[in-house]
Amino acid sequence: MTNKTTGKSRRAFLKGAALTGVGLAAGKASAATPDPLITEVQPWASGLGDGVDASPYGLPIQYEGDVVRRNVEWLTADTISSINFTPIHALDGTITPQGCAFERHHSGAIDLKKDDYRLMINGMVDRPLVFSYADLERFPRENHVYFCECAANTGMEWAGAQLNGAQFTHGMIHNMEYTGVPLRTLLEEAGYDTAGKWVYVEGADASSNGRSIPMEKALDDVLIAFKANGEALRKEHGYPVRLVVPGWEGNMWVKWIRRIEVTDAPVESREETSKYTDVLENGIARKWTWEMDAKSVVTSPSPQAPITHGKGPLVITGLAWSGRGAIKRVDVSKDGGKTWETARLAKPGEKMALTRFYLDTNWDGDEMMLQSRAMDDTGYVQPTKTQLREVRGLNSIYHNNCIQTWLVRANGEAENVEVS
Amino acid sequence: MSKFLKVATALALISTPAVADTFGLGRTALPEEIAAWDKDVRPDGTGLPDGSGDVLTGEEVFADQCAVCHGDFAEGVDNWPKLAGGAGTLADEDPLKTVGSYWPYLSTAWDYVNRSMPFGNAQTLDADEVYAIVAYILYSNDLVDEDFVLSNETFADVELPNHDGFILDNRLETEHSKWVGEPCMENCKEDVKVTMRAMVLDVTPDEGKDEPAPAMVEDAPVVEETKVEEAPVEEVVALDPELVAAGAKVFKKCKACHQVGDGAKNKTGPVLNGIIGQAAGAVEGFKYSKALKAKAEGGLVWTDETLAEFLRKPKAFMKGTKMSFAGLKKEKDLAAITAYLTSLGN
Repeated sequence: MTNKTTGKSRRAFLKGAALTGVGLAAGKASAATPDPLITEVQPWASGLGDGVDASPYGLPIQYEGDVVRRNVEWLTADTISSINFTPIHALDGTITPQGCAFERHHSGAIDLKKDDYRLMINGMVDRPLVFSYADLERFPRENHVYFCECAANTGMEWAGAQLNGAQFTHGMIHNMEYTGVPLRTLLEEAGYDTAGKWVYVEGADASSNGRSIPMEKALDDVLIAFKANGEALRKEHGYPVRLVVPGWEGNMWVKWIRRIEVTDAPVESREETSKYTDVLENGIARKWTWEMDAKSVVTSPSPQAPITHGKGPLVITGLAWSGRGAIKRVDVSKDGGKTWETARLAKPGEKMALTRFYLDTNWDGDEMMLQSRAMDDTGYVQPTKTQLREVRGLNSIYHNNCIQTWLVRANGEAENVEVS
Repeated sequence: MSKFLKVATALALISTPAVADTFGLGRTALPEEIAAWDKDVRPDGTGLPDGSGDVLTGEEVFADQCAVCHGDFAEGVDNWPKLAGGAGTLADEDPLKTVGSYWPYLSTAWDYVNRSMPFGNAQTLDADEVYAIVAYILYSNDLVDEDFVLSNETFADVELPNHDGFILDNRLETEHSKWVGEPCMENCKEDVKVTMRAMVLDVTPDEGKDEPAPAMVEDAPVVEETKVEEAPVEEVVALDPELVAAGAKVFKKCKACHQVGDGAKNKTGPVLNGIIGQAAGAVEGFKYSKALKAKAEGGLVWTDETLAEFLRKPKAFMKGTKMSFAGLKKEKDLAAITAYLTSLGN
C-alpha cells in the first residue's frame, strides 16, 4: 500500500468516525466477564486431534459445509443439462477451488478414463493425427490463470433484479491455474493448412458440444488443458482434457475435447446459432459474441454475506475481470452510483483472470446501495443496466455485464435491487 | 525460428501447409476413425450422408424418440425445448426461439439431431430417421407440406425463415466506442431510488434446507404390514418373455431419465429396480415432487394397475409430477413396460 492511499483511507476512517460521534478509543468493545474460551482449558487444547491420513484427500471442515455450488431448479428442465453456481460470496482471493467451481453440462458429466481418451486432429492438415493422453504430456506445456465465465452469467437479471445472492447473479464463473499444451503446438504437429481459417472443436460426451473458433485465436492463446490448480481436472470440468479459450465465453471451453478439425468455414453448430447468440430489441441477433466484456461484482457484503458486526470497520470486497485484457481499476459506490471511490486491487490485474478488489472502509450503519464498476486496459468502463438495455433491449440472455446493486440495510442485511 | 517464419510466410502465399519442427508424437488417424467422428454438417450441406425421410415417417419416429420431452407436436413438455412455433416473435417481450422461428440453418437441426439426440440415447438414429425427424420438425413449423421428403438432394431447397436474422458481433462499434474514458466520480446523479427488488419476486432457492433429513421418514405413520396368511393368494403368473422383450424396447423412452440393473443410479428419475410392488416415493436418495410425496403418504403402491394408470397419462394421474413424460398411448406398451419392470426384480 502506498503512503498516499494509507493517508486517504485513514482520513476516510476519521471522517466516518467523527460523523457517527464515536471516538477511536470508544470503538473498542469491552467484556463484562472473562471469556471461558480463554479462561477454561478447551478439549482441543488438552486432547488430541486427527492423525495424518484421517482424510487422504481432504475436504473443507464441516463448519464450511454451506460453501457449496448451488443450482436454481426452475432454470432448466433437469440437472443433466443444466448449470450451477460458484459460491463467490464466501470465497476470497482469486483462485476458485475445483470442488466448488460451477458446472455446466449439456448431457451430464461423463466418466472418461485417461486410458480411453483420444484426441483427433483432422480436416485441413498435412497429417491427420490421433493423440493419447500420454502423448499430450510429452509436449512442452504452460501454466496460465484464466477465468471461465458462462455467457449466461447474470442472464436472469436482464428484465430486472431476480435472484438474491452474488452466487446466483454472478456465480457462473471460476478462475483456475491451468496446465496444458498450446493448441498451436498440436496444430503445428499436424501441419495445419494456412488456408484453414477456423478450427471446429468437439467434446466426447453425448451432447457433442462443438464450436467454431477462428484460427487466429486458436494459434494465439488457446490451451489443451489437463490440470487445474495443480491437480487433474475434475470430472465435472472435463477430465481428463478440456479446452481453455481465454477471455471467451465458457461454452467454447469444450470439455472432454476429442476432436479438432481445421476448416475453411464455421460449422454453425447448434451452440453457435440457436444458443449463445444475442437477440436485440428489433429481433435481429448478434452472433459470434465470443469475448466476455469487463465486469465486476461486490461479493461481500451481499445478500448471502450480510454485515453481522454492526457499524465500524468494514471490508467491502469483490471480483473484477475482463475477457479483453487486464483490469486496471475498480470503483465502488455506496450510494447507488452518485459518488464513487477507487478500490484497492489485491494485486495488479492480469489478463483474462479474476482480480480481487477491496474497499477498506468505516460503515456508519446507514443504508448503502453498493455498486462496483470495473475498467480494463482497453479503456472500457463497465456499463449500467440502463446503458446495456438501451443498446440491447431485454432479450439478449447472454453477456449481461451490467453494474450490480446491493441494497444494504441498517441491520446489515443485503438485497439484490435495481436503482434509478 | 526466423528461417521457419520465412518458410511459413512463403508457403502461406500459396496456401499450402505450414511447416514447423514436429515432435513426432501421436499417430496417423485412419480414414475409418475420421469417418466415425467427423460427422459435422455445414450450412451448405457438406457432411450430409445419402438418405431421405418423409414427414409422415418423421411423425412416427418423432413420437417414439422425441415426443417424451419435445411433445407430440414439437411444442415442448415442461422446460424442455419447444421446436415449433414462435414465428414473428423475435422482437416481442418474450421471444419463442425454435427451429422455425430462430434457427438460421437447416444443417444445424440435422447435425444436432444426428449427433446429440435423443437425449440419453444419442447417436442411435440412422440417417433416414434423422431426415424423417427433421422433415417432421419442418412440417410442425408449417414450412413444408405433409408430402415433403427431406433428403441430401432436397436439403438445399429449404431455407429457414430466420436465415438473415443474424449480424456479426458489433459491440466494439456500438458499445465500446461509447463506454470508454474517465468515468464520473462525484455528483453523478441527482437522486437514486430503488426501482426493483429481487425479494418481491422471491425466486431464489433456499439454502441448506432442501430436504427433511432421512430420519424424518421414521416419524411417518407406520403402515401395518399385511399378514401373509390372510392375504388372498395371488396367482403367480410367469412372465411372458416376449412381452418382457417388448417392454425392454418401450423402456428406451424412459432411459433418458431412469436407470435399471446393476449399478443403476438415480438420475433425472429414480432407479426403477423392483419398482413393481414397491411403495411410491421409496427410492432412497431421490428427490420426489411434492405431488408424488403426497400420493405416497396416501399409501400409493406401484402395482401393474397403478403404474399403468400413471404411465397412461402421468400429469392427469398425478398433477404436479416432475416426470416430463407425455404418456404411453398403446395398451400393449403399458402391459409390456410393466412386464419388463416386473422382470427386473430388485
